[in-house]
Amino acid sequence: MIEYTLFFAFGCFGLGLLLNIFRVISSPTVGDRILALDTMVVNMIALLALFGILKGTTMYFEASMIIAMTGFISTVSYTRFLLRGDIIE
Amino acid sequence: MVVDILISACLVISGVFGLVGSFGLIKLPDPMMRLHAPTKATTLGVGGALVASMLFFYFKVGQLSFHEFMIVLFLLLTAPITGHFIAKTHLHLLHKPGDLPPTGTDRPWASYESDAERARIEAAAAAAEAEEVTR
Repeated sequence: MIEYTLFFAFGCFGLGLLLNIFRVISSPTVGDRILALDTMVVNMIALLALFGILKGTTMYFEASMIIAMTGFISTVSYTRFLLRGDIIE
Repeated sequence: MVVDILISACLVISGVFGLVGSFGLIKLPDPMMRLHAPTKATTLGVGGALVASMLFFYFKVGQLSFHEFMIVLFLLLTAPITGHFIAKTHLHLLHKPGDLPPTGTDRPWASYESDAERARIEAAAAAAEAEEVTR
């Protein structure tokens, strides 16, 4: 039973990633593009957690931790660049 | 069996909410409304997936892992900060100060207040307070 629901969740998050890519490509404003990239990071973390369950190993959590930190820093620096024209003042 | 059902329920909830979050990003009409959708994917989507993985590793593999806790904690701490920054970007790129509702005080919205204006108002407030103390 876990296997079926695992693949259901894989499908949901994969479809979510496709929708996010569509939003990144055809985004009406710059803020929406940043938001879509941030959501892509979140979906990727969930996919990595699910992949860890599928393989039965905890090794992927380090990778998802690093992806979470990189995503946070990149979102903040992108918005900061748009707001102030400079990242580190 | 009970554990299987619990893990499966967590996985289904996380999948549905992750999809809803990404779909709302496309569906909702206004940029400020679109900020609302991915928060569901962050909290319930990733949270459900990580709770499922925690239960799975504890009951099926037999090892308790705390990495999931750290990831959820990190996401819950950083989601408001990124949301605030993106909302501020929307505010400054898409709206003029005149479009916003009045603040109800004599000061403008904090995001539009210039540094000189803020320094002047705070110096005046400090001076008034000092006068209050000496009196």
